[in-house]
Amino acid sequence: MLEFLQYGFMQRAFIAGMLVALLCGVIGVFLVLRRMSLVGDGLAHISFGGIAAGLLFGVYPLFSALVFSVLAALGIQKLKQMKVYGDAAIAMFFSFGLAIGVVIVSVAHGFNADLFSYLFGSILAVSQADILVIAGVGIATIVVLLLFYKELFYITFDEESARAAGLPVENLNNLLVVLTAVAVVLSMRIVGILLVSSFIVIPASTALLFCRGFRQAIAFAAAIGVASVVAGLVLAYYLDLAAGGAVVMVLIAVFFAVLVYKQFRPK
Amino acid sequence: MAEKVLELKDVSFSYSSQPAVKSATFSMEKGDFLGVIGPNGGGKTTLVKLILGLLKPDSGSIRVFGEEIPKFRGWPRLGYVPQKATNFDQNFPATVFEVASMGRFERAGLMHQLSKEDYNAVENALKVVGMLGMRDKRVGDLSGGQQQRVFIARALAGEPELLLLDEPTVGVDAEAQHNFYALLKKLNKEFGMSLVLISHDVGMVSKYVNKLACVNINVEFHDVSKGVKDSDLVCAYPEAMAAVPHHH
Repeated sequence: MLEFLQYGFMQRAFIAGMLVALLCGVIGVFLVLRRMSLVGDGLAHISFGGIAAGLLFGVYPLFSALVFSVLAALGIQKLKQMKVYGDAAIAMFFSFGLAIGVVIVSVAHGFNADLFSYLFGSILAVSQADILVIAGVGIATIVVLLLFYKELFYITFDEESARAAGLPVENLNNLLVVLTAVAVVLSMRIVGILLVSSFIVIPASTALLFCRGFRQAIAFAAAIGVASVVAGLVLAYYLDLAAGGAVVMVLIAVFFAVLVYKQFRPK
Repeated sequence: MAEKVLELKDVSFSYSSQPAVKSATFSMEKGDFLGVIGPNGGGKTTLVKLILGLLKPDSGSIRVFGEEIPKFRGWPRLGYVPQKATNFDQNFPATVFEVASMGRFERAGLMHQLSKEDYNAVENALKVVGMLGMRDKRVGDLSGGQQQRVFIARALAGEPELLLLDEPTVGVDAEAQHNFYALLKKLNKEFGMSLVLISHDVGMVSKYVNKLACVNINVEFHDVSKGVKDSDLVCAYPEAMAAVPHHH
């Protein structure tokens, strides 16, 4: 039992996976309630361009992805303020990032394999450097979220009243998308670009099925995310599955289990 | 003479070229209960947004607690219950207590956790509106009248000296409306709170207020502490205007 924890790569996978699941679970509650579920997906695809650029220029790919993703997050906010519809703004940046990535790949040959590991995640190949970055930046992001918890709660519930109460709504909106951009980049190494939004959307949606309070929803979303990462990694280890995919399968299974229970439980 | 809590001088505001409020001049003193009536689209909500500093007047000046708005810093002294406050996502996971506690966020300040004192104020506010027993219920599970009381508690939690309420009785049943007016009376008479109530319900409003502003782009102001005359209400019924003799 627990023999897998003897391996360095598994320890790293657990630490990184649980941390990003916690972070994404918390952010997800804000995003899902604000009908911004697809922001995570959009920013992940933009990060693809950043990863490709990093590989091309020999920059640490998570760093270049972070720059791309944060700039795009602010760009999406700017377009929204200029009266471009939010989902259209996301769709545009989404394709833009992919286009950059594809163009770079076509110019430079030879790192397709590396790029592939970012598309689908490679939790088992998380390096010591990745762990330090994910832990450092992840914890900092969680601290910022906690510091602005009450303000983000207010604008999520009712932006208009929050503005009337004197909260800096535009800046808080910018903060939320920047934190999302950071969370997306950190999660990418674990589940991959194509599955990142599952970490953000599924635990939150599951918690929203049964939670009565906001604090409660945040706690459950984080817990569901973390527990699913643990279960998914154990499954992946013993059944020899792709780790990212296994985690997402567990997340989906938990969601449907709660949904079915809610339908049939006595009122 | 009592402290002036609100003073408008010749305030005008237009949305692009459409005038919404024209040279509004009136004032209210501590303990006043001002009713704002008038037809839909007459500028009632615009007037409130001007007072809250959410809109800037094109001309004229607004003083709150004696301070001109651009310089005014005491925003927590104003409480606000917005129109359609109860028009939120009914599935939103927020308890009664969590929603009411939003009223303390501004006083607590950015990045600060709520203190024991803040939580006491939230509990008091819920007690005043009679919702403390439901503090852990999800707001979306309550009736319209109960939700309305939670939003009033949210405004009261900030311990305002001046409370503005925008059409709060829309979509609320008769009994809840009755309780609502009883609550306003208590806040005004027992706690000495100054109130501004915007409503289309002219009959109800005129029973409780001592000052009346009739807003139909132009603002007519009446002291009705000795009773409301029919002529005070004319602007609320534009179709009845024709029946009023005009002397040019």
